[in-house]
Amino acid sequence: MSEIAFLLNGTPVQLSGIAPTRTLLDWLREERGLKGTKEGCNEGDCGACTVMVTDAGGSRVLNGCILFLPQLHGKAVCTVEGISAPDGRLHPVQQAMVDHHGAQCGFCTPGFVVSMATAHLNGQTDHDDTLAGNLCRCTGYAPIIRAAKAAETAPVPDWMQTDRAFILAQTSSGGEPPSAARGADSPPFFRPTNSDDLADWYLENTGATLIAGATDVGLWVTKHLRDLAPVAFLNGVTDLQQIERQGGMFHIGAGVTIAALRAFLEPHHPSFAELLRRYASEQIRNAATIGGNIANGSPIGDGPPALIALGAKLHLRRGDEMRSIPLESFFLDYRKQDRQAGEFVAGLSIPDSAPALRCYKLSKRFDQDISAVCGCFNLTVTDGKVTEARIAFGGMAGIPKRAAHAEAALLGQPFTEATARAAAAAMAQDFTPLSDMRASAAYRLTTAQNMVLRYLHDLNGMPVSVLGVQA
Amino acid sequence: MSIGKSLPHDAAPLHVTGQARYVDDLPLPADALHLAFGLSTEAHAEIAAIDLSAVRAAPGVVAVMSAEDFDEVPDCSPSLGDEPLLATGKVHFVGQPVFLVIATSHLAARKAARLGKITYKPLPALLTIDDALAVGSRFENGPVIWTKGDAAHAIAGAAHRVEGSFEVGGQEHFYLEGQVAACLPQDGGDMVVHSSTQHPTEIQHKVAHALHLPMSAVRVEVRRMGGGFGGKESQGNWLAIACAVAARATGRPCKMRYDRDDDMVVTGKRHDLRILYRAGFDDAGKLAGVEFTHLFRCGWSMDLSLPVADRAMLHADNAYVLPAVRIESHRLRTNTTSATAFRGFGGPQGMIGIERVMDHIAHALKCDPLDVRRVNFYRAMADKAGGRLPPAPPESISAKVNVEAGADLTSRGRAASVGSHALPPDGAVQTTPYQMPVEDFIGHELVAELERTSDYQARRAAIAEWNAANPILKRGIALTPVKFGISFTLTHLNQAGALVHVYQDGSIALNHGGTEMGQGLFQKVAQVTAAVFGLDAGAVRITATDTAKVPNTSATAASSGSDLNGMAAQAAAVTIRDRMAAFIAEKHQVKPASVRFKDGMVRVAGEEYDFARVAAWAYQARVSLSSTGFYATPKITWDRIKGQGRPFLYFAYGAAVTEVVIDTLTGENRILRADLLHDTGSSLNPALDIGQIEGAYVQGAGWLTTEELVWDAKGRLSTHAPSTYKIPACSDRPRIFNVSLWGKGNREETVGRSKAVGEPPFMLGISVLYALSDAIAACGDGSAYPALDAPATAERVLAAVQRVRGHV
Repeated sequence: MSEIAFLLNGTPVQLSGIAPTRTLLDWLREERGLKGTKEGCNEGDCGACTVMVTDAGGSRVLNGCILFLPQLHGKAVCTVEGISAPDGRLHPVQQAMVDHHGAQCGFCTPGFVVSMATAHLNGQTDHDDTLAGNLCRCTGYAPIIRAAKAAETAPVPDWMQTDRAFILAQTSSGGEPPSAARGADSPPFFRPTNSDDLADWYLENTGATLIAGATDVGLWVTKHLRDLAPVAFLNGVTDLQQIERQGGMFHIGAGVTIAALRAFLEPHHPSFAELLRRYASEQIRNAATIGGNIANGSPIGDGPPALIALGAKLHLRRGDEMRSIPLESFFLDYRKQDRQAGEFVAGLSIPDSAPALRCYKLSKRFDQDISAVCGCFNLTVTDGKVTEARIAFGGMAGIPKRAAHAEAALLGQPFTEATARAAAAAMAQDFTPLSDMRASAAYRLTTAQNMVLRYLHDLNGMPVSVLGVQA
Repeated sequence: MSIGKSLPHDAAPLHVTGQARYVDDLPLPADALHLAFGLSTEAHAEIAAIDLSAVRAAPGVVAVMSAEDFDEVPDCSPSLGDEPLLATGKVHFVGQPVFLVIATSHLAARKAARLGKITYKPLPALLTIDDALAVGSRFENGPVIWTKGDAAHAIAGAAHRVEGSFEVGGQEHFYLEGQVAACLPQDGGDMVVHSSTQHPTEIQHKVAHALHLPMSAVRVEVRRMGGGFGGKESQGNWLAIACAVAARATGRPCKMRYDRDDDMVVTGKRHDLRILYRAGFDDAGKLAGVEFTHLFRCGWSMDLSLPVADRAMLHADNAYVLPAVRIESHRLRTNTTSATAFRGFGGPQGMIGIERVMDHIAHALKCDPLDVRRVNFYRAMADKAGGRLPPAPPESISAKVNVEAGADLTSRGRAASVGSHALPPDGAVQTTPYQMPVEDFIGHELVAELERTSDYQARRAAIAEWNAANPILKRGIALTPVKFGISFTLTHLNQAGALVHVYQDGSIALNHGGTEMGQGLFQKVAQVTAAVFGLDAGAVRITATDTAKVPNTSATAASSGSDLNGMAAQAAAVTIRDRMAAFIAEKHQVKPASVRFKDGMVRVAGEEYDFARVAAWAYQARVSLSSTGFYATPKITWDRIKGQGRPFLYFAYGAAVTEVVIDTLTGENRILRADLLHDTGSSLNPALDIGQIEGAYVQGAGWLTTEELVWDAKGRLSTHAPSTYKIPACSDRPRIFNVSLWGKGNREETVGRSKAVGEPPFMLGISVLYALSDAIAACGDGSAYPALDAPATAERVLAAVQRVRGHV
């Protein structure tokens, strides 16, 4: 059945006959007359369309402009219209935004308010992170941060808890959210709840588009104006959303979101977690999955370089067949991967410890930007000599790629400034980067080489990031 | 008294609840249609053939128009008449509208617009400054040159000289609300237009012209914009005109909004330019003479480029006396989108040049750039004023100008009128390069105060120490001043009207010609109006800007919104108040001057009445409770051809100290702290003014750091979405951000003695560029000047680090 049911600002909504790639934003504005949620960019970069979505896992912000209605099935959606009390009383973040002059033109404000109210609900006070996906062109952000801080200590209003209570009650009653099962009708879209069903269906529909977070696929619709049918929505496939620790390895399901992965990795791989902190925005990290990030095959996706440096194994599934390959061998050529028809990324495995892993991202803007260069370094030094070297880059080639010559220059040597310089020099043979709007080829190569020196200084405890400097 | 209160933005409760309505949020009749342009994919080409059959056949398409559907293709230009709505025979930039799709939904229109098959015969395209210079492609016959004294001679005779050239990038406005308009056909062919525009009268004029209607048949309403920043001064014309012709053709309401990518490709941006400079100076860094050449890349049409480039020349001095100066300004025509107004309107481009000279001189003399800046400041405001203001001279009248019928008089793009004026006696007063006396200079006191509060000297010393201990990361600091001229340089635009009604229940409705784009103009003008009646600002109902209520408005631009409309509204309110006072005074047999309006009450002859009660009595006594108000800025006069006169009523001042850190391995950089001190005169609303200053600084910092516009070799803009064009995000603001107002009253008789605040603080962001330059200079042995281009992306910073280290 292609019926979709969700809560909208506390009111149940049932939809059928909806085009599977109808976005929440367009539907809210055009069908429901809810005009508070704005279109700023229609590609998930400005946050004017931010909505709060609640399910059993909690409440999180998402970009309504690249969120397809079927993804909301069984969840609760709260728009800016649902942030104030039903009787019109302002939410503490709304009142603080008024009191601290956080709105000027007001167009980005609903998105900010939803982000702030969600962070407030979740007790998040890292405002620079939670608001990195909301752009404001008027205020310079200072009054918005003042407002967010001022509202921190206010209690969560009772009306903000109702979505969560509803979802939890529904889940604990044992009942599936309405009509979540695989449909018998010929599907305009398919919404599996386990990976076996997905594997079967995908084998029969090899031309289909698999949609996990829709943070890239969304743009195929909103910007490239493509028709995607048939499509499968993967966000109900809970068995692909697990992380397990076993035998010194983490086994990570393809459906784990970047947000969940970041939270999980923080104590184990802090540098990777910091890289993921700078992966797009809160809204995108809450939707995007690590499997999607890999399967997408972008030459600059920030997940793969770090995972390759960690020696990740990729698990692929086709029907009932599973195979595992080193992640770096998955990427064959620009936008071309070692993936058969009907085969999908099921998960990956990485070591649970890599104390020398360091991840460096260069982009025009620190937050909410795509890497010009992403360099990840992981050396093992035994008895003063480098015994294993894994250096991987994004943005330096048509695929995420290891720096084989640089690695070779380090192997068997002590990791000193001299060998670092030798490795940097050798790196010129590893890459022939392109010039584009993010950086020139020369800048990419120079900074990739300089990153070897940064890595050396970093391991020696010297300050190497401007992000760590205080006035 | 409601003036001077830090009241929130009037629409704040609506903003935070999502109830504030923008044009795209307005409910339209069910039969409304939606439009999209089919855009040129070539930078310069002849259109050999257009095949729109697939467009016409696409689902939801109602009609498709191209140039051949018009006897006369409507013009969208605010100046030269060189912007046909749809390309006629040739295309001049990638993104030029070629055909117009009219469909039943926004998405259907967008999809259909991609189906047009246009065959082009490519022509050579001029994309860069060098391309245009090589063939002399420009908008005026030759460069505009203004001189004062003999700069070449002064430079030749000076003890020291610096010279150089640098690139300054453009800037995308990135208003969060994209361009949008909607037209609703009325009785007898009249048209009502809702437009996200800073210039309703311009929209009215252009729509009337397109439909061959008198302006009186077109009404334009603007409640608010989701940001403007100059990008909605002329760029909304296209959408409003498209909607108007489509509404006329179909008889149905039509709406058009650009998708963000289209918006960024089609609309104009801040002008990028190259600045060449040469300066001669003494051992203390005091300038003897300076020469500038501005090479502006204006794009394919004239738009507002001439006055923008003029204003750059007008701000080539910034806060400094230029004893001898020559400024040569080229307005180059290229096959790129037509550059347009953007906060500062050329001022930032002019100012950044002299700040570069100051920075370069200091490097040459191995001294603190602040010392060089200070030694070149204009003299302090004359002591003899002694707090008493000299009487204003009679208003000068601009020379009569012959105007062709139907001319668009309200655009800044219109070639200038010529004002008559007398030059000040030479030598008696210090003058700008355009011979305007600088009488209100407060830079010395203001900078001294900021130097103290920001702890500039101690921090400069601490930074030097820190840099000595850190091989990879380096810090830098800079203090730069701002002196910005307030008034439209097209003199006749310095006028405004307002309409105030007091209703019989005592409630008040306010309307004026200014538009609200987030700056809080409506609240400020409401505060001014309420103050006249002794009421709280909340007593004044703010209404949408409407060309049927207040005609012949100037664009809300040039920072002039509060100055002009505040005065006009005040005049209207005073007229009504005086009538009420006269009426109530007569009733009590006292003099009208003895009547007091205060705290919601009217006091007369020892009695006290509710304002509403007096309003009711006045109504019953048949006293008119409605009035227009009008204001024309006094004292100004300007001859742009000669480059002489008094184009500005006054100057607004400010200064900023910025501290940054850079990474010498990658060029990554970050603002650590900013201290701003800005002159708002007696602020009408300090909270709103601080909001303008903070926002402007961050926007200015973005212009000079991360906001990079990149065009490819075919003239296509590669950075056409927020995924690739990076305005500052939340974490890019300075972590320590101290903002203070220099609250001394304006010397000129402005509304409440306040000063304009929209544009001037944008240029406080220039301190970021020179703080970066300072940090880069710390990387080398001091022999090579960083010569940092803008925007100072990580890549440019790294290149400059390599330069000062002699690696290039």
